[in-house]
Amino acid sequence: MLRRRLLMIAAAALVVGALALPLWEIRLVAPQYPEGLGFRIHASNVVGIKPNDLQSINGLNHYIGMKPIHADLIPELRWIPWIVIGLALAGLAAAWRASRGAVGAWLAAVVVLGTAGLWDFRSWEYDYGHNLDMENAIIVVPGMSYQPPLLGSKQLLNFTATSLPASGAFALGAAFLLGVGALVMPGGPGSRKARRTRLHPALAQGPA
Amino acid sequence: MSHRISGRIAIVAAAVLAGACGTPQPQALVTGDAAQKVYVAPGHYDEFYAFLSGGYSGNVSVYGLPSGRMLKIIPVFSQFPENGYGYTQETKAMLQTTFGEVPWDDTHHAELSQTNGVPDGRWLFINGNNTPRIARIDLTRFETDEIIQIPNSAGGHAAPFTTGNSEYVVSATRFSVPIPNGDVPIEDFKTRFKGTISFIRADQPGKMDIAFQILMPGYDYDLGHAGKGPSDGWFFFSSYDTEQAYSKLEMNASKNDKDFIAAVHWKLAEQCVKDGKAKPMPSAYVHNYVDEKTRIAVSERKTSVLVLEPSACPGVVYFLPTPKSPHGVDVDPTGEYIVAGGKLATVIPVHSFSKLQKAIADKAFDGDLAGIPILKYESVLAGEVQKPGLGPLHTEFDGKGYAYTSMFISSEVVKWKLGTWEVVDRIPVYYSIGHLMIPGGDSKQPWGKYLLAMDKITKDRYLPTGPELAQSAQLIDITGGKMKLLLDFPTTGEPHYAQALPAAMIKEKQVKFFSLANNANPYVTRSEADGGIERKGRAIHVKMIAIRSHFAPDNLEGVQLGDTVYFHVTNIEQDWDIVHGFALLGMNTANLILLPGDTRTLRWVPQAVGVYPFYCTDFCSALHQEMQGYIRVSPLGSNVALRANISPRAATQEARKVGLLSPASGDHMQHAGNQ
Repeated sequence: MLRRRLLMIAAAALVVGALALPLWEIRLVAPQYPEGLGFRIHASNVVGIKPNDLQSINGLNHYIGMKPIHADLIPELRWIPWIVIGLALAGLAAAWRASRGAVGAWLAAVVVLGTAGLWDFRSWEYDYGHNLDMENAIIVVPGMSYQPPLLGSKQLLNFTATSLPASGAFALGAAFLLGVGALVMPGGPGSRKARRTRLHPALAQGPA
Repeated sequence: MSHRISGRIAIVAAAVLAGACGTPQPQALVTGDAAQKVYVAPGHYDEFYAFLSGGYSGNVSVYGLPSGRMLKIIPVFSQFPENGYGYTQETKAMLQTTFGEVPWDDTHHAELSQTNGVPDGRWLFINGNNTPRIARIDLTRFETDEIIQIPNSAGGHAAPFTTGNSEYVVSATRFSVPIPNGDVPIEDFKTRFKGTISFIRADQPGKMDIAFQILMPGYDYDLGHAGKGPSDGWFFFSSYDTEQAYSKLEMNASKNDKDFIAAVHWKLAEQCVKDGKAKPMPSAYVHNYVDEKTRIAVSERKTSVLVLEPSACPGVVYFLPTPKSPHGVDVDPTGEYIVAGGKLATVIPVHSFSKLQKAIADKAFDGDLAGIPILKYESVLAGEVQKPGLGPLHTEFDGKGYAYTSMFISSEVVKWKLGTWEVVDRIPVYYSIGHLMIPGGDSKQPWGKYLLAMDKITKDRYLPTGPELAQSAQLIDITGGKMKLLLDFPTTGEPHYAQALPAAMIKEKQVKFFSLANNANPYVTRSEADGGIERKGRAIHVKMIAIRSHFAPDNLEGVQLGDTVYFHVTNIEQDWDIVHGFALLGMNTANLILLPGDTRTLRWVPQAVGVYPFYCTDFCSALHQEMQGYIRVSPLGSNVALRANISPRAATQEARKVGLLSPASGDHMQHAGNQ
């Protein structure tokens, strides 16, 4: 039981840690940018990898009519941190309960919210890649859209865009695995052995 | 059949090759591996940065060695319409002198700043020979940051040689002139014309100042070099025309068998100045420097210098008789030997610093001149290199005990051994070499791998280009016992002296762009929404941005004939190597080249009513050709409203600004209309 509790506390700590870390990273390489441009998506912000990368990317994106990538223009970034904090608190609650059921519920929440997050990220990529300001777009390639990949690499005109999870996503993944560990761990208040211990405390002390 | 024939050809070819091997080859012929030694494959870097003076171009050119590829031209004393240097409001002040704007000069000697007697990669100094000036170039930006004029001087030739920690750079006058200058008969040369040696404080960027000047007899001072190691604290200057001829110097200044090297004990001079032995002399000169924050050049006038008479500070200067009309005066890496390149001498005389010290202690003098003791030639001489060739000019060192002297008249480089004074090798150069240069070759620690010969005459070396031919540099491998010619490459202007350092010393320190957030130009425009046009009386200020691939605003109206227009253009890119240009129909000055994050200003006085297009001159992007706009000039008193259009992106920015911040305040630029 103590071990399950500890695992869940560690999982909650990792979830909180993910708040400070980038969740996803998109890197762009082109003939003119051998050193690469890129940005990292945090729970509450989008930041260039190098100090002016985001500005440079937005400068380039105006050619294709893409909206500027700017944290202020992505409303999700205002409430994603609260979801993450909620997830951490739920993890702590599961630790307090220390029941297999609570851990299972927490894992389910992680799966649902994680999937929803990825789906939202993908639709955000779709929106940026497809809903272009065609009136002011300078380069128009018929049939071309500029949706970056969710995972992996894709050629977008002269840029190779590579999208990969970053340290924050790995922290969340590790938290999930700790939760799975807590779930499959024998013992705890839900197990028969534990119930027996509770019902016959004298047995634990041995014959008098 | 065909096999037999090709076999026979092969045998003949082999015989020819064998014959060729047996024939002595002229040394100058490039040996088999030369191409490999200078080939720097695409995408790879050169090992050295070489900084070549530009002579009458007034610039400095930068080459990579060993490839000989030109990397950059740095404008210094000359207006440079290629990027607007010397024309923009931000740089005009750099060319101010007491003679007004002098937009040209003759650069001779490049000198890298030093720490402990070794080039350190902070700055490059360069002299203006014509209107004596010394400039400082910053080696993180390759830009001229500071220029100081040298008063009481004419022909700043013996400049800008540095002391071991760049406490000072020096400038000695090539032409003696009346001091103070005035309406003096030229025939009073011997009595009223004087020379000066100036010590210029140089270790603080933006704060160069004449620390003191030493008043010298009226000779022509030619070159100089600081002592090092045991001779640290001393400076040596060559002089000619000790005959004090003021006409037909070619003949009249070549009569004496020996002229002088002046040994200046600058540490003692410093002390005498501190002790109040130098007298202030009213002397006008100008100091120009780029303000670090605004990146705008500022010009300040100075009115006085401290002048030290050698007689007021005994022991500060000695004369070393030296044959004959010496040019180079070069101190070996150990600091013991002082080599003179006597243009008309038949030997290369080498003075010894330890013998000089002893001769001073023993008072081995041959009289004195204006209070300056003349040492006995034999008492200071370490040795003479016999039969070195004709017209020795300048010597550098490889740090392995050898010296290399350029021979102008016999057109060769001669390698000889320090201490034994024997010539060990010679190599012809094409043709008439002036200076030569080994990276760090005048310092305590030469990187003795290459020697660069800078030749005055090229004749048959390149495809001919009419009557005027390029000057030439030749790269020579000095790693082996025999010097090997590796490469010829043409140069711009007329390089006199050059210096070089390992690329690794400065490569990683290069600035990639200027921070827009820190741009302190009073007319900076940080975003498209901040551009505009403003009238202040008859002056019109246009604040404009440049970004791929447009200017904003790009339609300007309401300018009247009689107005003076200032285009303040900011490149708001924050990305390395994304440069924009700005050029306007009929612009009487230059174009602007705008570095990322930088603001530059061109002043324009329209001469006729009309519409004037402007465009980007630096191919910045795929839509570079679309990067253009118009300014309309109306008649004086016209009622066309002052107007700058606003771009769609600016409109978005403005909207966002209004949404996020309170309505813009404190912005007195006007916008009108929407396109």
